[in-house]
Amino acid sequence: MALNNLSALTSPLSESQLAQLQQATAGLDAVQTAWVSGYLAGVSQGPVTSAALAQSAGQSLTILIGSQTGNAKGVAQELAEQATAKGIPNKLVSMADYKVKAIKDESHVIVVASTNGEGEAPDDAIDLHAFLASKKAPKLEGLKFAVLGLGDSSYEFFCQTGKDFEQRLQALGGEIITERLDADVDYQEVTQAWFDKALTAVEATLEKAGTSTTAAVATGTIVTENKYNKQAPFSASLLTSQKITGTESAKDVRHIEIDLAGSDLHYTAGDALGVWFKNDQQMVDELINKLGLDAAKEVTLGDKTLSLKDALIEEFELTGTHPAFVEGYATLTENKQLLELAEDKNACRDFANNNQIVDVVTAEGNENVTAENFIALLRRSSPRLYSIASSQTEVEDEVHLTVGAVVFENEAGQQRGGSASTFLSHRLQEGEEVKVFIEDNHNFRLPADPATPIIMVGPGTGIAPFRAFMQEREASDASGKNWLLFGDQTFNEDFLYQVEWQSYLKSGLLTKLDLAFSRDQAQKIYVQDRLQENAKEVFEWLQNGAHFYVCGDANRMAKDVQSTLIDIISKQGKLSLEDAEEYLTELRQAKRYQRDVY
Amino acid sequence: MTQKLHDNERIKIQSNFLRGNLVEGINDTTTGSFHPDEVQLVKFHGLYQQDNRDRRAERKQQKLEPLYSFLLRARLPGGVVTPEQWLEIDRIAEELTDAGSIRITTRQTFQYHGIFKRNLKSVFQELKFKANIDSIFTAGDVNRNTICTSNPEQSELHTEVYELSKKLSEHFLPKSNAYAEIWLDGEKVLDTEEEEPIYHNVFLPRKFKIAVALPPYNDVDIHGNDLNFIAIIEDNKITGYNVVVGAGLGMTHGDKTTFPRLGDDFGFIPVDKVMEVAEAVVTTQRDLGGRVSRSHARTKYTLETHGIETFKQEVEKRAGITFASPGAYEFTERGDRIGWVKGIDNKWHLTVFIENGRILDFDGKPLKSGLVKIAKVHQGTFRMTANQNLVIASIPESEKDNIEKLARECGLIDDGTSAQRLDSMACVSLPTCPLAMAEAERYLPGLTDDVEGLLAKHNIPKEHIILRITGCPNGCGRAMLAEIGLVGKAPGRYNLHLGGNRIGTRIPKMYAENIDEETIVNTLDELIGRWAIERNQDEDFGDFVIRAGIISEVVVAARDFYA
Repeated sequence: MALNNLSALTSPLSESQLAQLQQATAGLDAVQTAWVSGYLAGVSQGPVTSAALAQSAGQSLTILIGSQTGNAKGVAQELAEQATAKGIPNKLVSMADYKVKAIKDESHVIVVASTNGEGEAPDDAIDLHAFLASKKAPKLEGLKFAVLGLGDSSYEFFCQTGKDFEQRLQALGGEIITERLDADVDYQEVTQAWFDKALTAVEATLEKAGTSTTAAVATGTIVTENKYNKQAPFSASLLTSQKITGTESAKDVRHIEIDLAGSDLHYTAGDALGVWFKNDQQMVDELINKLGLDAAKEVTLGDKTLSLKDALIEEFELTGTHPAFVEGYATLTENKQLLELAEDKNACRDFANNNQIVDVVTAEGNENVTAENFIALLRRSSPRLYSIASSQTEVEDEVHLTVGAVVFENEAGQQRGGSASTFLSHRLQEGEEVKVFIEDNHNFRLPADPATPIIMVGPGTGIAPFRAFMQEREASDASGKNWLLFGDQTFNEDFLYQVEWQSYLKSGLLTKLDLAFSRDQAQKIYVQDRLQENAKEVFEWLQNGAHFYVCGDANRMAKDVQSTLIDIISKQGKLSLEDAEEYLTELRQAKRYQRDVY
Repeated sequence: MTQKLHDNERIKIQSNFLRGNLVEGINDTTTGSFHPDEVQLVKFHGLYQQDNRDRRAERKQQKLEPLYSFLLRARLPGGVVTPEQWLEIDRIAEELTDAGSIRITTRQTFQYHGIFKRNLKSVFQELKFKANIDSIFTAGDVNRNTICTSNPEQSELHTEVYELSKKLSEHFLPKSNAYAEIWLDGEKVLDTEEEEPIYHNVFLPRKFKIAVALPPYNDVDIHGNDLNFIAIIEDNKITGYNVVVGAGLGMTHGDKTTFPRLGDDFGFIPVDKVMEVAEAVVTTQRDLGGRVSRSHARTKYTLETHGIETFKQEVEKRAGITFASPGAYEFTERGDRIGWVKGIDNKWHLTVFIENGRILDFDGKPLKSGLVKIAKVHQGTFRMTANQNLVIASIPESEKDNIEKLARECGLIDDGTSAQRLDSMACVSLPTCPLAMAEAERYLPGLTDDVEGLLAKHNIPKEHIILRITGCPNGCGRAMLAEIGLVGKAPGRYNLHLGGNRIGTRIPKMYAENIDEETIVNTLDELIGRWAIERNQDEDFGDFVIRAGIISEVVVAARDFYA
């Protein structure tokens, strides 16, 4: 079949993949075409990404992942393993790789989806999420499904994406087979029970093909090679913590180097490092003092017994306050003011957002507080993920991070800080140990073809993965052009890794570097402004196949960059806004528009 | 045998009349610096690229380039500005420089410190379009800012030498439009025939300094300049000038072929021959000056190499004149007359002492905002002096009290300033000057305290000694014309020179090498102690140390300086 006769409906490729294939093979002569066909045949003998391997007979379970930071992916993987163990034919597929129209052919679906800060769907899930709410969405009568949402209940739109998926699938005729789980940051404690329920429900309704319950099961594209993980992290040692903002900077950004020697841990440029932190001992002392508790009092957590102080330092979240804590503490201490506050949900959430646990508790009225009932109000701590700023081909047994220490003053003028960022930047001494693990991010990857140009937008600490990208592209002699857009407050004090970018410019590895320093002139200038100034070139690069990456602040920067990008595509490509959005959607589907935002 | 020319010669010739790749350099936002060739070229536009040396090491750790910034030296022949100009100069310092200061220099002009590259064009444009000031040729291998005596009393004569210094300055400006093109967004002049009649495309071998002196004042320090015109006055009229050529104070540590040198008096010329002679001296130096070693390229070495007579004859030939015997004059003072004087035109002049020439709001001494208040009411002019002080000139009787009040409020008039402090001077040096080897401006106030203490200790608290510190042997602080001259050698270490005289016509010789601050004070303690007891009536410190055999006199520098 000639390529130009192909359509997305008759091939396993999405429309954009098809377009790429057609573009790539256009103009090839007979010899070249023969060579390419041989090449592809060779490729197909290699490891197969099994997302495309659907069960050919009988019904199966499709587990759809909508993940941003990798948590949902981890949960879904566990779910898939357990389904396989129960003999349920299943496939695990990231929504980013999923052809949205295929949903109408599914019999059983479990959605595992996280939610971004203000209730938006994660990047992977955007297309499916939008498709299901659109007029194009098919009827899904006969679909049996369940949703596991992941979120952080200290945010207003807790597990919103999960809720959306459930509501949309149901509205299209799908049948809920297990009640939705809205899992909080300590999800590990609740997911297992839900897996049991959900998989039992699937088993009960699944029509299996013949008797072949042992059909080979594809468990998706995710390969876990590393023996250390979130639950079993590696104890690495801190090699270097170097402040890389100037003395006069308003910010304290650290370049962190961690030694992975002996761990055999592997990571790829684009991955994140999970870091288990310890809370600030002084702050914990202050908290215990305020509560009038005994620091040495032993408490039991699962099968561990440790002192209250150690438990508070190592096991609990003390910086991000949950609104439920305010309510629980208010009830426990019968504190009128806090009780009143707890009644106003919005005010309570704001208060929780702006105050760490130590600043929520009062110095008086703690007569009813005990070590046990206090820790029962707290959430277990969870590791923080940092985009890795190094390539292993360059740094071998090391992993580098770019960490902005979050430091602020509370109402009383005391210094408070982010738990993991100040742990890494201030409390952890060189040579001391820190528990880490690698968190894969398959949705933030350099192009497979080293000749593909890339545009990187990484203001502030969003620069981190691009340092890894450049190290990787340098080590592999990649010929593709590289364009970096960086921004921060000031040129003099906040130009992160300035000398490295300068040397990449000099060597020619970095093709173009555009900078936006918001405070160096009267009017604020941001990376999106630099994009707009370079609109013509941005569009040319995209037309020439460039991949476009964004890393950093999700709430403002990434949104502004995206709307600027749509504007550029629309104006330069002479497309309607809708078509420009579609253009971007296709870029995303083709993995040419990737974001690592937080 | 032809020796290889210094690389700066290539840079000048290839620069297309000082353009080089400056525009590209300005537009490169990824660095606060210029490429090395352009670092040399910006000097001709009045800039020095510097970096904050206090922060160099830490920024290397921080993966940041050095904290580059620029010094801009204004072209201000004679150092005169109007109050309106002052207000603009002040505002620009505030808004566009990191140091926020106006630094009066020994070249009788002012400098801005800490201009970041991204602000350079704004500074150039604001200066030109708001204050009508430029910085063309205030550095580089050209005629630098022309200076003249800031004589406040003889107003008519001052006007004459001031006008001459302006005329000289303008005569030696470039014909090329590069400055306007690059900094002022001026039109590109598409004249491929562009040429420089005086400088050609090679410019001068090295910096060139011109001064016009009005005896009996030697405030311009004639022996720091390549070319001096010393006014010969008869019946209160300037009849002509003595032409003193080939002075210069720079040297290189450890290189005894370099030395500070006094100028040679070529003789007298009438007033109407000044421009011809000036141009002849400049072009002779252009053609005869050395271009192989920059530390042997100034006019003083050309005189030593080719002979004084040869040089002089060449000048006579080119200018079409013959030098007459030198006219008679006498220098009696070098310092500024701090305080009020009344000029012959019945206007008042207030000279204020500015320590280190640095105008900034200090704790308890808000000099900078004080001068703004004065500029808002002042009807005369401001004159910067070659001693880094400021004259608030031509004040009508009716305004005198008001100006005095304003000057006292901000500390511009401080009766507590000792005679010693008035006689003390330093260059900028650390942290910004790339040549600096030791502290100068930041060391001077403390050292002055120490010397005041020594004078008091030896019961001569009213005495004063010309004391100068220069952070490197290049010599901007003119320590080589001081009674006590310190030349930076390494952090905290200096060469101590003794034996200059009060009027600046004798070069001091090295007394102790590479000594620390404590040794300096101990040495001075002993010498000032001896001076207090052993000196003759009215004998200055510099004269005493020679008479007492503490140091030998430098008569001919080339022969005596290292002897």
